[in-house]
Order: sequence, then structure tokens, then C-alpha cells
Amino acid sequence: MKALEIKNLAKTFDGMEVINNISISVEDGEVISIIGPSGSGKTTLLRCACGLEKPDRGEIKFAGSFGMVFQQFNLFPHWSVLKNITDAPVNVQKQDREEAKKHAMELLEKMGLKDRADYYPYQLSGGQQQRVAIARALALNPRILFFDEPTSALDPELTQEVLKVIKSLKDLNIAMVIVTHEMAFARDVSDRIIFMDGGVIVDEGEPDKVMNSDNERTRAFLGKLAGV
Amino acid sequence: MAFTDMLLELLTSFGVTFNIFIVTLIFSLPLGLIVAVGRMSKNKFISIPVSIYISIMRGTPLMLQLICVYFGPYYLFRISPGTNYRMMAIYIAFAINYAAYFGEIFRSGIQSMPRGQYEAAQILGYTKLQTFMRIILPQVIKRILPSVSNEVITLVKDTSFAFTLSVMDMFTMAKALAAGQTSVVPLFAAGVFYYIFNFIVAKIFDIFENKLNYYRF
Ligand SMILES: Nc1ncnc2c1ncn2[C@@H]1O[C@H](COP(=O)(O)OP(=O)(O)OP(=O)(O)O)[C@@H](O)[C@H]1O
Ligand SMILES: [Mg+2]
Repeated sequence: MKALEIKNLAKTFDGMEVINNISISVEDGEVISIIGPSGSGKTTLLRCACGLEKPDRGEIKFAGSFGMVFQQFNLFPHWSVLKNITDAPVNVQKQDREEAKKHAMELLEKMGLKDRADYYPYQLSGGQQQRVAIARALALNPRILFFDEPTSALDPELTQEVLKVIKSLKDLNIAMVIVTHEMAFARDVSDRIIFMDGGVIVDEGEPDKVMNSDNERTRAFLGKLAGV
Repeated sequence: MAFTDMLLELLTSFGVTFNIFIVTLIFSLPLGLIVAVGRMSKNKFISIPVSIYISIMRGTPLMLQLICVYFGPYYLFRISPGTNYRMMAIYIAFAINYAAYFGEIFRSGIQSMPRGQYEAAQILGYTKLQTFMRIILPQVIKRILPSVSNEVITLVKDTSFAFTLSVMDMFTMAKALAAGQTSVVPLFAAGVFYYIFNFIVAKIFDIFENKLNYYRF
């Protein structure tokens, strides 16, 4: 089954085509990484998909609910970790309070943060905050989860702990679409990599195929990264 | 007149001062929220009149506004307000004046909230009202508490403008007593009462601020 189908999506900002007729479909449980140079429209694509940006054209069809993990975490600072995770399940999805709490504690355990339930976001490291944000998204039982550069606000060590957690989500059979600059991670975790440039999909396929692509633009982009 | 009688008179008139203070807060705080929302409205027919109202309230003396509210009904509609209207005019003028100031404080607080908070809430499925009440407003309150506290302390002192309409608040009473006794002692005593009142107000705000210190942004 498809978790998400995007057809002929287009978005302009001030007359500039930022997303140019993009179609993507995501299977249930599939993990897709989106890579590409700065300004190629990766963030805009995710924001259109989840309704934060209104596309000019195109169709977006979800088979179930979706979640989003932001670069800047966007936790609610006035709520404890536990409240951050349980509030939407209880007040939006009307889940039972005790059930929601139990679920939240399981998720925190999975994130390696069981002992941080009563902390406030400001008391956590960036990596811990991002893992709470992931737990918060998972608490609503999404069928698909978007990540926009989930580690680019983090130090290298903290990056690794978050990437490890994201990789562990593969068991949950939730589809994931991850915008990332971490090539080794993308290669390791993805079923498919999409390379975007100039608002279009230039190249896509299994990680090994894209990483060893014949496409000139893909090679130039990956070569530049390797050169740094 | 004995010293204690003078104090008693002042304390009695303090009731009027306190009434102006409390009634102004009760009406201007919620009104301020409406003003802030109106000022931020995308509808120009709402936002422009609200901006004009704010700029008039902030750009003209409160004393003049008191006089306008008091004499306005007569000049506009040839209605002679009853004797009770004097106090009512004070409440109205203070409430609409302070609503403008509070409105601007609320607006700056609301606009200082990072977009990410709204976006995270939207993705999690909160309605607009839930987002505002559960996520935005509590954080805005923490951010604006120091400015609100300043404004409330100013209000304590501004209540003395009631003398403009000859309402017997503590300041008007102190002036009358001072004139009667040809002494500055009543004025000085009134000053002490204002100071104590403000001291308590400031302490109450300290308690609120401490209560909200359990988290940081
Ligand atoms: N709100 C906006 N208003 C105007 N232009 C925008 C807006 N958001 C994005 N853009 C433009 O759209 C283009 C694509 O931006 P986007 O953020 O999607 O790129 P990206 O691929 O995510 O880049 P990065 O890797 O740096 O995050 C850029 O040229 C950017 O300047
Ligand atoms: Mg981006």
C-alpha cells in the first residue's frame, strides 16, 4: 500500500519555481532520503507535503496520518518531556490519558530517555530534545514521518545518537522521508535515495545506484561533498 | 483635625483609588487581548481602525481622554448623564486607555513567538484555538509579565488623574485635606500609601514571575 502519493507538485515563491512538477510515491514502511544542494527545494517539498506551505499545483494524497520532525526540534518549552509527548494524543486524538502516558514512556525508553520524562526541554541537550521531538511525533501513530535535516543543528556526537534512533525506527514499519546531508547515513538507512536539484528530481533509486550514478549532476554534487 | 482622622479620611478615599485600579484591570486586560487580535487582523477594516484607536490612546493625555469621555455624551447627543456617570466615565476612560497599552504589549509578545511553535502545533493536529490557548498564550504571558508589571505599577499612580473629574480618590482627598489644613502632611501620607500599594503590587508580580520560572525558552 502507498502511504503517500504526490503528483505534479509545483510551488513558486515570488515568481521563482522552487518545486517544479515533482511526483513521488512512498510505500508503507519505505525509507526515502532526499539529498541535494542548498536551495534545491527539499524543505519546500516537505513543507508542501505536510500542509505548512500551500502548493500552486499538484495533488497530495495520504493514506493515513503523518508527523514531522523539524531541524529546530520545536518542542513546547513550557511543558515537561512527558507532557510534550502526551498532550496531542490526549487533546487532539482523544486517547485515554493513562494509555497515552504508557505509550509515551515506552517511546521514551526506545529513545533512551526514560529518566528524562519530568525534565523541561531547556534542561536537555540538542540531541535529547530531538529524540523527544521524534517521540512526540511517534505518539500520534503516524503512517509516515517527515524529517527535515533532523541533525543539522547538532554537534557530531549528538548527530550520531539521533541517527541511531532514526535507524531503529525501521522496525516500526512507518514510512520515513528524510532530508539529510549525512550521506553515509542516507546510504545506510534508505530503501531509496532521491537527488533533487533546481526544484526537480534529477536522480533516484537504490542507495548504491544513486551513489554510483552516471548522472553528471549527481556525480558533481556527491563529488563536491567528498571533496570537502 | 487629628492626625489619625486625617489618615482615616485618606484610607476611606483609598477605596475609590483601589476601585479604579481593579475595575480598570478587570476590563482592560481582556479588552487588550481583543485589541491585540484586532491589530494583527489581516482584515484592513479591522486592523486600521484598531491601529488608529491605539495611536490616539497613546498619543493624547489620559487627562484629556477622561474629560472627553465625561463630556462626550453631552456634546455629541445632548444627553445629560446622571450623577453616577462621573465614576462610570473614569472606569471607561481608564479601561479603554489601558486596553490600548496592554494590547500593544500582548501583540509584541504574540509576535515574538517563533513560527516553529505554530508549525509544530499544526502538524500535531491542534486547532487554531487550542494552539493559542494551550501553547502560545502561556508562553506569551511569561514573556510579557515584566512589561505588564510596569504598566500596572503606572496604573496605580495614574489613578490619581481621577481628580480631573473631581472624584474623591485618595489623591483628590489628600489635596483637599492639605488645602484645609494648610499642610503638606496629607499629601506626604498619601505618597506613602501609594508607595505601599505599589510595593505590594510589585511583590505579587514577583510571585507570578517566580511561578513561571520553572521553565526557560
Ligand atoms: N518563504 C519563502 N519565501 C521566498 N522564497 C523562499 C521561501 N522559502 C524558500 N524559498 C526559496 O526557495 C528555494 C528553495 O528553498 P528550500 O528551503 O526548499 O531549499 P533546501 O533544499 O531545503 O535548502 P537547504 O539545504 O539549504 O535547507 C530557495 O531559493 C529559497 O530561497
Ligand atoms: Mg532545507
